[in-house]
Amino acid sequence: MRVLLDVKNLSVTDLRDQDEIIHDVSFSVAENSCLGIVGESGSGKSMITRALLGITNPWLKSQGAAVFKSQDSERDLLQEDENTMRKIRGKQIAMILQDAMSAFDPIAKIGDQMAETFVENKNLTRKQSLTLAKEALGLMNIHDPEQVVKKYPHQLSGGMLQRCMIATALAMEPDLIIADEPTTALDSINQGQVVEEFKMIRQKMGTALIFISHDLGVVKHLSDRLLVMKDGAAVEYGDAGDIFRNPQHAYTKYLIDTRLELTESFKKAMRKGDHNG
Amino acid sequence: MAKLIEIKDLEKSYLKVGVNFGGSRAKILNGVNMTIEAGACVGLIGESGSGKSTLARLIMGLEKPNKGSILFEGLPANQWIKNNKGKMSVVFQDYTASVNPRYTAAEAIAEPLYASGAVKDLDRHIERLLAKVGLEQAVKNRYPHELSGGQLQRVCIARAIATNPRFIVLDEAISSLDVSVQSQILKLLHQLRVEMNITYLFVAHDLQAVSHLCNKILFLYQGKIVEELQSGELAMAKNQYARDLLASVIPFEV
Amino acid sequence: MAGFWNRFRKDRLAMGVSFFLLLVIGLAVLAPLVAPYDPTVQNIIDKFQGPSLAHLFGTDQLGRDVYSRILYGGRVTILVSVLTMIVTILIGTVLGVIAGYFRGTVDDVIMRICDIMLSFPSEVLILAIVGILGTGITNIVLATVIAKWAWYVRMIRSIVIAFMDSNYIRFAKVAGCSTWHIVRKHLLVGAIGEIAVLATLDTAAIILNISALSFLGLGVQPPTAEWGMMLNEAKNVMTTNPGQMLAPGMAIFLVVAAFNFLGDSIQEALNPKINKGFSTKRYSLLDSLFARKKAVTQ
Repeated sequence: MRVLLDVKNLSVTDLRDQDEIIHDVSFSVAENSCLGIVGESGSGKSMITRALLGITNPWLKSQGAAVFKSQDSERDLLQEDENTMRKIRGKQIAMILQDAMSAFDPIAKIGDQMAETFVENKNLTRKQSLTLAKEALGLMNIHDPEQVVKKYPHQLSGGMLQRCMIATALAMEPDLIIADEPTTALDSINQGQVVEEFKMIRQKMGTALIFISHDLGVVKHLSDRLLVMKDGAAVEYGDAGDIFRNPQHAYTKYLIDTRLELTESFKKAMRKGDHNG
Repeated sequence: MAKLIEIKDLEKSYLKVGVNFGGSRAKILNGVNMTIEAGACVGLIGESGSGKSTLARLIMGLEKPNKGSILFEGLPANQWIKNNKGKMSVVFQDYTASVNPRYTAAEAIAEPLYASGAVKDLDRHIERLLAKVGLEQAVKNRYPHELSGGQLQRVCIARAIATNPRFIVLDEAISSLDVSVQSQILKLLHQLRVEMNITYLFVAHDLQAVSHLCNKILFLYQGKIVEELQSGELAMAKNQYARDLLASVIPFEV
Repeated sequence: MAGFWNRFRKDRLAMGVSFFLLLVIGLAVLAPLVAPYDPTVQNIIDKFQGPSLAHLFGTDQLGRDVYSRILYGGRVTILVSVLTMIVTILIGTVLGVIAGYFRGTVDDVIMRICDIMLSFPSEVLILAIVGILGTGITNIVLATVIAKWAWYVRMIRSIVIAFMDSNYIRFAKVAGCSTWHIVRKHLLVGAIGEIAVLATLDTAAIILNISALSFLGLGVQPPTAEWGMMLNEAKNVMTTNPGQMLAPGMAIFLVVAAFNFLGDSIQEALNPKINKGFSTKRYSLLDSLFARKKAVTQ
């Protein structure tokens, strides 16, 4: 499979105190594949994607190479200027953030906000954009997009807003979607739905995905390859299935074990019920 | 088991956002009925926005219900707190906002002790509490911004158990922590409950964490308790929402 | 709190201004000991003398030593202003905390009274009160306090309400901490910084107010020295001896500016801007015209 994004020796330094936040990280994302990036808070997983998209604070310096190979061109994202990056962001690389509630303007209707993105970036008329917005919501298995489009952010649940954000990102038809902790703030039902949507995106649309989370359960469900981060460095990188079955690094083992503990009692409880019922 | 808390027909509504006149209210809680037995660990599951935090605040006496009653051993919440200072406690989700950033960990832990008048041997008491929650003594004089998430939440737990409470509300107490830290804190909470015989109300949206810790689980949906299950009977849920919720949990197997 | 003092100490403007104000207040307090002459002693023969060794700031139209009058005038202007500010802040804090902490009916009653007070333009109110009660320093102070207390109550109530929304205050309530404990150890400790900003900025405004009223002849009466009063007297001899306005004018200007800078500095020291000192202005105007980020990443 063709490689879409090739990151080599990415380092991010805080110029104020010369502290290396990200240290020499390399990975690649192939077309139509999903890379899961896992790690605890402070491991630098979000910082990587911000460095790639050029949206870090001014006192952070990025080094290394991040070659993005879209259909017509090959660019090093770290070397490009702001104007080019602005064109790439949202169109070729879309980002979905954790807190959907704050990503939307509280005083505008959802439909209008989604349409605004399309009008801006896809050169459609408002009417066409609104139709596209409704179609995109329909793709997300949201029943009644007509109604959702007319609502304000505070009238929708967190899970719903998250799916609207995903729909917006999808409608832009990007080559790569970066999802930063998209399910962390959601409850089980909404989490399940969002994960299903991502699966569908992978199958139907062939969009590549970088999925960042500290929840191994969700990551395992979606990822082909896995990058484990600790304190700014890559601790393990490779095929997701292999790593889960046979983790090489002690830290990866620790993450897997603690996650298993959490699920154990739930599974036991569900099984017990089956025996009785 | 004796009933510690009895909630009947509880209703709570807020004025709708953006409406000043006409009294249009949004009903968050619409007739909640539940009991919490002494010594139990009760989990309250609901989506974000389902009203679980509102319910927790009503139970703690921080807000007053519009209809219905919350009785602690027969007394309303505020009166029970007055008669039993320090016997109810709470651990919040946002640990960074749960301690006053201007005070050290030791000062934060000492606060409920001052309130209940238990100031003898304060230093040693704090040292014992820190040890109980698995923190090193050096944490005593550190400020909140100098501690990690897990450490800060442990300080909040130490503060919550300082006065030997009978009842602790855990309001999404582990939701903001990393998954690897979550199971450590859950173990700690379980250990403390058994050792000190505390009743827990564990409000959460994570079914796996709740089933790990609790013996009774309540499902809050659209302002009402729609299902009540013992932790061993999860697969026997009857209510559709509860069944959907249970089915949606993403399994983790290696 | 340590963080605040560290940042405050590093701010050279803040330290300079604080030192200046301490000096000014010190001189005002010690005026009877420091002033070379009695400020009311007239010596017509020596009138309108320029600055000399005998008279640092010269003499005014009645031969009085301007320097001594500035020092004594400072007592009135600054000390009275600070006193007014303290009284207003005390009333504002007590009522603001009560309204913000207890909410409900108490809050509504206090807020409606504030609304009524705030519906009067403060300058007009002050003039009206002075008109009714008569002139003199006590009456100006009274008038200023009456005109300004409602504004403070509003400001401090907002600060308190914001604090009340924090989890640590909820915990304290559930743990059975007394209201007084919560107010003292959490609300006041947290709000003191913002109240300090209000206080310093308002002192500057009060100084201007009192000086203005004295200038208009409604405050201090001659022969008492007061900066606004001195400006009034200097106004009368503006054509023949314009220099006489300098001393009181500069005094008012410098002290008011100093209080304003102090207020700004306290506000900055309270809010750590982590990237302070690191220039974020790496773009030159030309660069932004051509939309090229001057590479920080090179």
